[in-house]
Amino acid sequence: MTLRTRWRYLVNNVMLALTGFCTLLTISILFFILGYLVWNGFTSLDLAFFTELPKSPGEAGGGMANAILGSFMMVGLATVIGVPIGFLGGVYLAEYDGGWLPPVVRYTADLLNGIPSIVLGIVAWNLLVVPMKTFSAWAGSVALSLILIPIVVRSTEQFLRAVPNSLREGALALGANKATATLTVVVPAARRGILTGIILGVARIAGETAPLLFTSLNNQFWATSPNQPTASLPVMIFTHAISPYDDWHRQAWAAGLVLLAFVLIANMTARFVVSRNAS
Amino acid sequence: MASSAKSTSFTAVRKSVQMGDEAARLVTLVFAGGILLITLLVVAVLWDHSSLALYKFGFHFFTSQNWDPNSDEFGALPFVYGTLMTSFLALLIAVPLGVGAAIFLAELAPPKISSILTFLVELLAAVPSVIYGLLAIFTLVPFMRDTVEPALQSTLGFLPFFQGQIFGVGYLTAGVILAIMTFPFIISISREALLAVPREQREAALALGATQWESTFDIVLPNARLGIIGSIFLGLARALGETMAVTMVIGNDPSIKASLFAPGYTIAAVIANEFAEASGNLHLSALVALSFVLFLLTMVINGAARLMIMATSRKGA
Repeated sequence: MTLRTRWRYLVNNVMLALTGFCTLLTISILFFILGYLVWNGFTSLDLAFFTELPKSPGEAGGGMANAILGSFMMVGLATVIGVPIGFLGGVYLAEYDGGWLPPVVRYTADLLNGIPSIVLGIVAWNLLVVPMKTFSAWAGSVALSLILIPIVVRSTEQFLRAVPNSLREGALALGANKATATLTVVVPAARRGILTGIILGVARIAGETAPLLFTSLNNQFWATSPNQPTASLPVMIFTHAISPYDDWHRQAWAAGLVLLAFVLIANMTARFVVSRNAS
Repeated sequence: MASSAKSTSFTAVRKSVQMGDEAARLVTLVFAGGILLITLLVVAVLWDHSSLALYKFGFHFFTSQNWDPNSDEFGALPFVYGTLMTSFLALLIAVPLGVGAAIFLAELAPPKISSILTFLVELLAAVPSVIYGLLAIFTLVPFMRDTVEPALQSTLGFLPFFQGQIFGVGYLTAGVILAIMTFPFIISISREALLAVPREQREAALALGATQWESTFDIVLPNARLGIIGSIFLGLARALGETMAVTMVIGNDPSIKASLFAPGYTIAAVIANEFAEASGNLHLSALVALSFVLFLLTMVINGAARLMIMATSRKGA
């Protein structure tokens, strides 16, 4: 073997080993931090976390029942607002393509998807907090729905496009009009995929914090209506984590674990649904 | 149904069916148009609310370092600097590691292991930002303060970037957490770009006597470069707009310092911290103006990223 060949094989081995090292390093960092969260979360989690209101700073115990409810309420409202808009918009893009509007809408949906969530929070603040003169769950929900809409639009379109054209043609040949064909044949054929997109979108907005900071704000007590400032798990994690109190830190770990569990379970459910669809 | 009916009622039925069809098209059209309107609304709101500050300070807004809500003085430079600096540091760390990992997953790892690892990495992209922030406060900040930053100071301390007091929070720590948050994007999209390169390209290179690394580096990587650059731009756009994790570790100090150990501030962080309790219209307007800057930055970078990723996936298909 010439010196040059030997050198080339050395470079080959070193560089390939380095790429393996990169993989090991990135993946172990990611898993270290998750393991750390799960460990701290489990040791901090108790029943009171799910049933009691937060205690004032320095006092031991308490929970985040109001934040859990607040998160469910706002994510639920955002889903009710965002899914119909996103779904019907996606149907238009997939089934009525042509002309200048669909490419423009497609582009703006991608644009909307790339806007930092905190900027969308400012828009929701302007639409609801300013006229209502109070922070509210409504404002938080609208901010979250602005994040959800582009996700649902693009995934709905993508999965409708994956439906074979022969199904559409078959329905039309049997005398269905386009609306009936879409509603009774095309959408049901793509329903798993569409549902997956919705679940992934909901999981994403459940963890969003930034747009809630100045729309739903926070609340140490129960919110009695969506017109009031409302606590949410992500915002609670933020305020508790940056506080100087050990008890609040424990609450933050517990909340982090609950939120993470929700997000990861939703993600895995979505992927499971899709993979069954594919097979 | 209509076959037994007279021809007049048949036309009536057909008309009503057509009208229903047209109505359905219009309903979906309205919602699709709604998405366009929402995006226009975002621009209008940002434009409208930032005009007060931009009118008062003019271009000075972007060159002034003075951010003092108490005396109604607002300069954006420390935040723009902090945003660009932390994102730059993030890419400096995430690009070599992420692309290296993508090469391993696409070219070397057995397909089964590769797809499991990629699935896990993509799952990590779904972890909320605030959770990364929580973890960073209690793991990364002490680690940087006690281990990494003293080590950097003792070895590279002659450079101005690694001088000064060590706090644990600051530009470098924010850069590291952003790097960790951009890994999943860079890894999964770069891997796809590499996998889209036709197999024949590799076989031809190997047949000509190239080592596996030479085939990867000289042949496959250049073929996938648009997708890889696209993934880096997507990661950059995410890093620029990332709010919670950065807010929790940046140190919240609106000043520009050469040292990477010094606490700083980013656009997203100052909006998160000050918007809910802004002291007046000018303060609010200055914060919205900052978010407008962020919007424009991410829009341009995202647009570029999407074009590049589209170009490669089309070529690969």
